[in-house]
Amino acid sequence: MNPVNYLYLAALLFTIGATGVLIRRNAIVVFMCIELMLNACNLALVAFSRMHGNLDGQIIAFFTMVVAAAEVVVGLAIIVSLFRSRHSASVDDASLMKL
Amino acid sequence: MSAQLAAYSTSTGEAFQFWVLGTVAVIGALCTVFMKRAVHSALCLAATMIVLAVFYLANGAYFLGIVQIVVYTGAIMMLFLFVVMLVGVTAADSLKETIKGQRWLALLCGLGFGVLLFAGIAHASLKDFNGIGRANANGNVEGLASLIFTRYVFAFELTGALLITAAVGAMVLTHRQRTERARTQRELSEQRVREGTHVPPLPAPGVYARHNAVDVAGLLPDGTPSELTVSKTLRERGQVRDVSAEALNDLKALEQRAEERLERTEIEPTAFKRPEEASK
Repeated sequence: MNPVNYLYLAALLFTIGATGVLIRRNAIVVFMCIELMLNACNLALVAFSRMHGNLDGQIIAFFTMVVAAAEVVVGLAIIVSLFRSRHSASVDDASLMKL
Repeated sequence: MSAQLAAYSTSTGEAFQFWVLGTVAVIGALCTVFMKRAVHSALCLAATMIVLAVFYLANGAYFLGIVQIVVYTGAIMMLFLFVVMLVGVTAADSLKETIKGQRWLALLCGLGFGVLLFAGIAHASLKDFNGIGRANANGNVEGLASLIFTRYVFAFELTGALLITAAVGAMVLTHRQRTERARTQRELSEQRVREGTHVPPLPAPGVYARHNAVDVAGLLPDGTPSELTVSKTLRERGQVRDVSAEALNDLKALEQRAEERLERTEIEPTAFKRPEEASK
């Protein structure tokens, strides 16, 4: 098997995640799709790291994980405060810049 | 050509693992997008992430594989589940489209994007395949550490600042400042007596001997459900289950069975009878 297949899998997962962001309207599911896209990128970075035989790709994947963790914390806090003020987690309801 | 191909191809075992687990990952990703309820989406995403962790391990990224399981499936997905529970488990997406044809356009856009990505990868010249063996010679974690603390040390310190900012930001966003003092139990009871509505405690939810779930409204004597019996949170979410018709039918069937058991010829459809009449 050619290791480029990992890249194809990553591309497929990224595409599914991007489509999910466009289709779904529940803010939590949209957020999960974003996580899926980040994970797909990580898979591509790890595969690249293996192809080129150095660890820089893994380092970048590691930083991606750290940033994703920070993003999840802030994003979920925003969703919770949105749900508190609007009693719904649908992104359609959040059409104003203020809460 | 075959020698060159052999130089950059993986073992048969890894190929088998890739095709089996890759299918699982794609199915999990599709379920994440298309499952109606957020809990199911979260669980499918957790499955996909575990599969990705196995792929990291297979690619020689041992540290990242473990971190993926511990941080992503262990911490982030559980945080997601926590918020899903907070927001409401049964709150399904509304299927009404706000913009006409938006779903199909989005699917089309996704498809086009995927075709572009695949074509890009297919046209890229990915000829060199060195394998991770040499880079991992002194151990994967040691190699990563030596890179993080030398070349990437500034980025590493910045992530520390980012994490602290995120933690503070989350606390600021979810913290609610109380503007007035919380009313005490005594004040609440005095207010209830003054207003004269619902002086005794609110009735309990559930239909006795049939449903004692908290989301089932208790029935009034005439068989209509009483909203007062269900907690305010469930009422606001619209998660009150109405079993009044079901419960009345059950009751009727039970009475009919009882009368048949007692070999009474006359079967009365009425639900309520006076005690002295029933004892005859």
